Amino acid sequence: MAPFVLAALESVLPHIVLHHMSSALDGERDSFVNYHNTLRISSYEFRPYMSFSLFPKPTQQRKQKTFPSLFRDHPKRQRSKAKRSSAMKKQKRAQQQNDTNPFELLSEELMFVILDFLETAPLDVKSFSLTCKRFYCAEAKHRRLLRPLRAEHLPALAARYPAVTDLDLSLCPRVGDGALAFVAGAYAATLRRLDLSRSRWFTASGLGSVGAGCGNLVELDLSNATELRDAGAAAVARARNLRKLWLARCKLVTDMGIGCIAVGCRKLRFICLKWCVGIGDLGVDLVAIKCKELTSLDLSYLPITEKCLPSIFKLQHLEDLVLEGCFGIDDDSLEVDLLKQGCKTLKKLDISGCQNISHIGLSKLTSVSGGLEKLILADGSPVTLSLTDDLSKLSMLQSIVLDGCPVTSEGLRAIGNLCISLRELSLSKCLGVTDEALSFLVSKHKDLRKLDITCCRKITDGSIASIANSCTSLTSLKMESCTLVSQEAFVLIGHKCYYLEELDLTDNEIDDEGLMSISSCSRLSSLKIGICMNITDRGLTYVGMRCPRLKELDLYRSTGITDLGISAIACGCPGLEMINTSYCTSITDKALFSLSKCSNLKILEIRGCLLVASIGLAAIAMNCRQLSRLDIKKCYNIDDSGMIPLAHFSQNLRQINLSYSSVTDVGLLSLASISCLQSFTVLHLQGLVPGGLAAALLACGGLTKVKLHLSLRSLLPELLIRHVEARGCVFEWRDKEFQAELDPKCWKLQLEDVMQ
Amino acid sequence: MDPKGSLCANNCTRSSALTSPGNGLQTNLSSDPPSFYGIRIESPFKELNPPSPPTHSVLPCESNTDIEIPDQENCPLSDSSHTSKLQDWNPSAMLNNLSFLEEKIYQLRDLVHLIVNKKCQPFGQPHELVTQEQQLITADLTSIIVQLISTAGSLLPSVRHTLTSTNPLVGQLDQLHGINLPFGSNPSSGIRPQNNSGNKPFDQPNQNGLPNNVEMEQNYNMEEHEPKDEEDVDEGENLPPGSYEILQLEKEEILAPHTHFCTICGKGFKRDANLRMHMRGHGDEYKTPAALSKPHKETGSEPKLIKRYSCPYAGCKRNKDHKKFQPLKTILCVKNHYKRTHCDKSYTCSRCHTKKFSVMADLKTHEKHCGKDKWLCSCGTTFSRKDKLFGHIALFQGHTPAIPLDDSKAVAEPPDLQNRESSNMVGGSMNFSFGSNPSSENVVQNMMDMKANIDDPMNYFSSFNFDGCNFGFNEFSQLPFEDSEGSFSFLMSGSFNYAPKFGGGESSSDNI
Repeated sequence: MAPFVLAALESVLPHIVLHHMSSALDGERDSFVNYHNTLRISSYEFRPYMSFSLFPKPTQQRKQKTFPSLFRDHPKRQRSKAKRSSAMKKQKRAQQQNDTNPFELLSEELMFVILDFLETAPLDVKSFSLTCKRFYCAEAKHRRLLRPLRAEHLPALAARYPAVTDLDLSLCPRVGDGALAFVAGAYAATLRRLDLSRSRWFTASGLGSVGAGCGNLVELDLSNATELRDAGAAAVARARNLRKLWLARCKLVTDMGIGCIAVGCRKLRFICLKWCVGIGDLGVDLVAIKCKELTSLDLSYLPITEKCLPSIFKLQHLEDLVLEGCFGIDDDSLEVDLLKQGCKTLKKLDISGCQNISHIGLSKLTSVSGGLEKLILADGSPVTLSLTDDLSKLSMLQSIVLDGCPVTSEGLRAIGNLCISLRELSLSKCLGVTDEALSFLVSKHKDLRKLDITCCRKITDGSIASIANSCTSLTSLKMESCTLVSQEAFVLIGHKCYYLEELDLTDNEIDDEGLMSISSCSRLSSLKIGICMNITDRGLTYVGMRCPRLKELDLYRSTGITDLGISAIACGCPGLEMINTSYCTSITDKALFSLSKCSNLKILEIRGCLLVASIGLAAIAMNCRQLSRLDIKKCYNIDDSGMIPLAHFSQNLRQINLSYSSVTDVGLLSLASISCLQSFTVLHLQGLVPGGLAAALLACGGLTKVKLHLSLRSLLPELLIRHVEARGCVFEWRDKEFQAELDPKCWKLQLEDVMQ
Repeated sequence: MDPKGSLCANNCTRSSALTSPGNGLQTNLSSDPPSFYGIRIESPFKELNPPSPPTHSVLPCESNTDIEIPDQENCPLSDSSHTSKLQDWNPSAMLNNLSFLEEKIYQLRDLVHLIVNKKCQPFGQPHELVTQEQQLITADLTSIIVQLISTAGSLLPSVRHTLTSTNPLVGQLDQLHGINLPFGSNPSSGIRPQNNSGNKPFDQPNQNGLPNNVEMEQNYNMEEHEPKDEEDVDEGENLPPGSYEILQLEKEEILAPHTHFCTICGKGFKRDANLRMHMRGHGDEYKTPAALSKPHKETGSEPKLIKRYSCPYAGCKRNKDHKKFQPLKTILCVKNHYKRTHCDKSYTCSRCHTKKFSVMADLKTHEKHCGKDKWLCSCGTTFSRKDKLFGHIALFQGHTPAIPLDDSKAVAEPPDLQNRESSNMVGGSMNFSFGSNPSSENVVQNMMDMKANIDDPMNYFSSFNFDGCNFGFNEFSQLPFEDSEGSFSFLMSGSFNYAPKFGGGESSSDNI
């Protein structure tokens, strides 16, 4: 980390400053690094019971922590103020003595430039701010985005970060009116974006204070505020400058509420009303009448009819219209005369799931919108000749999504014959896609960048060959469960489509030869080869050697993979962020040891890897500090000794699944020290007693979701459950039977049975 | 309770309900508060069944005083006994039930509409959201249907009531025709048959059309519709002058509460049928089926002349001396017209206390909608229909829908109240109250809310400033934890023997 900061420094600092610093830098580069490392190590707390044989105590323990990380919940943080201030004084004195500190010479602007460069690496920013007091201040002044885990910390955060414009409270388990009122007071002038999606407990009065207080608020996300009523909507309407508003799933808001918003927020450009089932024609109509500047309108699943469409089509700037699942709109009621006035600007139209709109209605809707670029017709009417006739009028069309539509060969051929050149085509789960039609289509649209043929079960090698031959510039190909495609076809893909970045081959016949060929796509960043029984370590090694940009790898139930393959990936793909080796039963701790080299690993799923033990997990915990999601369900060999290092090192862990493992109370309780932890699933944990669970539930202050077995409900005190719920946690009680693990072949057979 | 009971039986029932005011049952009925649906569900059965058994034990004379009371209200045409019975039977609750039903049926229809549309989708929409939403809808649907059934159940007696009241309409009309006789405003002897024939067109739709509507929508207040229907018809009519006979009732006749008087005791009735029921008490000769049955209409042999009515108020457009005279079609019209135009508006709406009416039926119509379904604009204008409000808002700049206060309160108030309540509690007494009152739903939540109360901006500003934020930070992280610890220890000691485990919990939580 530190060398990176230095490199950043060197790249941006003017030579004059560098000259001033040069002497210091020469001598101090090493000390800078050392100092820095010291701080990093010291920022992890060591607890008495942590003297665990696996982890020798670091020698450089520092008793006093100078820079608290405020994102975490440390109740013990309230060490006496005096102690801290005396420490500060000591530091000050040290600084006065050492006037040659080169960091003092950096101007604030330069530091801001450096910080701009570090924006994509939050950990580096943290290191930067821990370097010295000035850097700490500079970083605090520079920070624009804040995503706290607890609303209770807002006062401290607001004092430290005065210039925040984006506030994301969606991770806080409980955001009360008080917190919102505080935000409105602290960031009255600066706040531009507030995210309350998934936040709960706030009411109209809290929203009212934000709406009235934050005059510069431009974006507000209230998705999933299922308790929000019209009064809340009226409070939102006080934010006059709002440009973007998300109200998805605000089911209790009615026409009256949205009417207030329409009148209050006249500058709205974007509004999402998905699932607001209380809003009908009148409300939508008023929105379209009052907010003339709308460019994007999402009306999915609203009980609206054609009555509100004329005013929508009068909007002069509308570019994106989503009418997904609006069953009230049908062909007959659409009148061309009413729609004639406008929407020449429309670029994206989504009428997926509108059963009552056939090609006739579509042609009416698009009759004026000649500039349409993207058309989403998923789960709609059959793709026939008449539908494609309508498409031929759209000269700007680049992308068509036909997921789940019944498709005829004539329809596909007609799409092929369109005089436009498509960039994106999605035929996922379309019934009736044949080799012949698909081959013809792709041969005409050679410029395709993204193609989705998931579950087109009839296609064979022929289609793949023409795809590979014609669409050489493909960047994304998804072909899960194209089971008739033979092993040879995948070799072709690798030979022709060099630019692939995203490839989904789940549940296909691909073998090592295919993987070897595909490994020549050096830009590959996401590779999904789950349920591919024919691949082994040999194929995966090619990928590991030749695809250094790989970030996501899915090996779910690809049982031929062992430690060797994983270690090849771990060596070759240092940027790996997500790996799924669930049910790859040959995987052992060695694989985890090698994976621990991938320091960017965020998501690790090793469900059902029976041979993996705690020590492997400990290695991951120690080295993959960014780990945020972990699934060790059915890893019977992982016990408390795996949890303790996890609790100690993986301070970014948000979500964990412990079902069926050998973890007991001790492990669960130690996890409670991870202040980020928001969600855990604990089903069929043999060693868990209700008392331990209760203690863990109380200790984890930031929990938002817990999945437990139903039988535990009666064993936990009712008051405890209510208490934890009141802190913002949602319990999901599951009544699943204890399942013994099937052997892989048996699972595959079962899957085939289900499919037939 | 036989809905097909004869007119006679109906009348008996009605008067029986009337004549038993003193027996305690009636008082129960009237004192029954217009309450919550849940409570109302059962009660109507209990209340209304008892009066029916004594159907035949009625002593007509006893009812004298009772009948007078509603009459003094000058109920236009609506038979007084009818109204009084309604009042006893708690019409406001009924009103509530009905509006509730209406609302629910709307909701239900929308939901079913949604479902129907969704069912249309082929291959079952694997979309997770769709299934989720469908479950949601069906859950909503079930609850709505349950509410519908229970509320409809509470209305059940009123169905019986409607059935009884459809018949009296006939009697009522007959009575009207008879109105002319005692006062002799028209000396021609053939007045009765003429009246009958003249009223035919009006009689017919009422008997056929209305009862059904009434049953569907407003099972109790049928007379509301009559005046409007008639006057509507009246407006469109353009009979050449001279083609009809003009009758003009005097003011006293129009406002007279009773039109049928007992020849023996002089007691007045609004309906001939009631008079006939009354007459039974005067001797066996009045109990014969012939005397009890409705005097059947004798079809006059002479050519029927259409009858139209004139308002006795000089200068009124409806007065026959007016230049552009527009006749009134029926006596009902005359009565309503006269009261509406030339009388004081003596009935005040009990909800808004501003609207006044001179016709009881108008008041009831208004009261039904008063305060309900008020679509309110920020400018203060109210609308009876939502689309009208939205049209208004779309038209004017700066106007915005006004969210009714109770809605906003329902959202905003409860948490605050909870906060306040719980913040009043002292920590020690809190535990105690938990122990003593384990059933209270929000106990833990209250506790949490007290904590949340600390976030209250007021508290910030008062207790410490932002510069002292370190202090604030301490406060924040500590309080919740102590809180939870407290509750936990309570749980431990109180209901579970977790004591050994608790030590572990504490140590780990210390390290957070």
